[in-house]
Amino acid sequence: MSHHTISVRDLSFSYPDGTQALEGVSFEIGHGEAIAIVGANGAGKSTLLLHLNGLLTPRRGTVDIGGIPVTKSTLPDIRRTVGMVFQDPDDQLFMPTVAEDVGFGPLNLGLAPGDVAARVSRALARVGAEHLAERPPYHLSAGEKRAVAIATVLAMEPNVLVMDEPSSGLDPRARRRLLGLLEGFEHTRIIATHDLDLAAQLCERTIVMGSGRVLADRPTAEVFIDDELLAAGGLERPLGMLACPVCGAAPPAGA
Amino acid sequence: MSSVATGLSSLDRLDRLARLDTSVHRVDPRAKVVTTGVFIVCVVSYGKYDLLGLLPFAIFPVVMATEGGLPLGFLGKLLLVASPFALVMGAFNPLFDQEVVAYVGSVPVSGGWVSYASILLRFLLTVAAALVLTATTSFTGVCLALEKLKVPDVLVTQLLLLFRYIFVLGDEATRMGQARRLRSFGRRGMGWRVHGQMLGQLLLRTFARAQRIYLAMKCRGFDGEIRVARRLHFGAADLVFTLAWSAAFIVFRLVDLPLAVGRLVTGLSA
Repeated sequence: MSHHTISVRDLSFSYPDGTQALEGVSFEIGHGEAIAIVGANGAGKSTLLLHLNGLLTPRRGTVDIGGIPVTKSTLPDIRRTVGMVFQDPDDQLFMPTVAEDVGFGPLNLGLAPGDVAARVSRALARVGAEHLAERPPYHLSAGEKRAVAIATVLAMEPNVLVMDEPSSGLDPRARRRLLGLLEGFEHTRIIATHDLDLAAQLCERTIVMGSGRVLADRPTAEVFIDDELLAAGGLERPLGMLACPVCGAAPPAGA
Repeated sequence: MSSVATGLSSLDRLDRLARLDTSVHRVDPRAKVVTTGVFIVCVVSYGKYDLLGLLPFAIFPVVMATEGGLPLGFLGKLLLVASPFALVMGAFNPLFDQEVVAYVGSVPVSGGWVSYASILLRFLLTVAAALVLTATTSFTGVCLALEKLKVPDVLVTQLLLLFRYIFVLGDEATRMGQARRLRSFGRRGMGWRVHGQMLGQLLLRTFARAQRIYLAMKCRGFDGEIRVARRLHFGAADLVFTLAWSAAFIVFRLVDLPLAVGRLVTGLSA
């Protein structure tokens, strides 16, 4: 059984105020792939993500996760399969302590308290946040909040991880740690981001979005040297693929 | 707006105090909530002119605070911060009610002053008890106790989320206030109209955040009930705590101890 594939066909969506957010978006994602979704502000990235576990209902088109269409009746299954990490960890950490927050999902799945505790400590260990278990989320740093937000999703043991701007607001070291963490996951990963260096490092494939449409869906290495495409998407080459601003040296090969 | 930040830091400190480990902190939250409830009901049930009969009740917050290792200065400051409400509430009593009811030495005391003092004393006692409860149980502990005591889920969920997000909201309000002050010069830009607009702005932002939080909750299988794994243990000691204190409060309420002691003393000397 492959729960890990995603297929989006001819997806269109407009918000109640009439804003056309998505227009005929289609793509397929295979088992274990890591995909970056990039594009300017308002290109439709976040709206697209909200369709992947049924938080928004498309006006036209379909989303299939592991061969199961996302409909009202399949939602519980879909949401167990697709773990979503939101952009602002404060929106995701709503329980009094970190451990209780990580346990929130597993408890809702109806697991026994012992199993919940095991999942909580496993998820926290995975993101290196065991020592934060008893702390209230309010007291955590941005990097810690992000790690815990990821743990809350890991505790549901999803097959697909969907992340919205995972590296925003992190200091360089916290960002580096996050990169290492995400690289180690074997889940199918979909990452919407403006951090093109992160995309270049983590994702083999990149989908470029603009005005609610897919502008390109190609290997990351190809996308980030196509200056015309990048300009059309309101993007620039990742810093790691630019010449050195001090000495003018070309970027190291393979960057 | 910086007063928002100060208020929240007090709330935060109260919550940190709740992480201490003393005999009072270890009492089951339900025992403390019920006992505090009985305390408050007894205190507010006194009549308008009762004053001295209330005094013995002070023993509860004082014992709880000292046994719980709470900094008395900090609690006193919080009481002061909350006191304007009570001070204003009863402020007109001495004006309207000038009938003399007692003499202290040769100074006549009107009923208005007695009832004002009674209001203030009741305010001090009840608020001190509530503060001590929060500082020895934590806000979350109180919520949990309420849930186990069969208070409706909706209410408990509201309280839990309120406590979690009041800090986020406070930070947001503080930032908005800063942004406004930086671009207001003198009195311009600091008027009430702007205040109203900022509140509206804050409300809209709160709606948007509530929406996002709800989505995040739905993603993790939220179905209207917040489940908490924390286990509470109500032991014999908790039962003794609840019954002993409650019994004391009821005795205080039924027997006017200061009067009895006074009679005893005057009786002895006579």
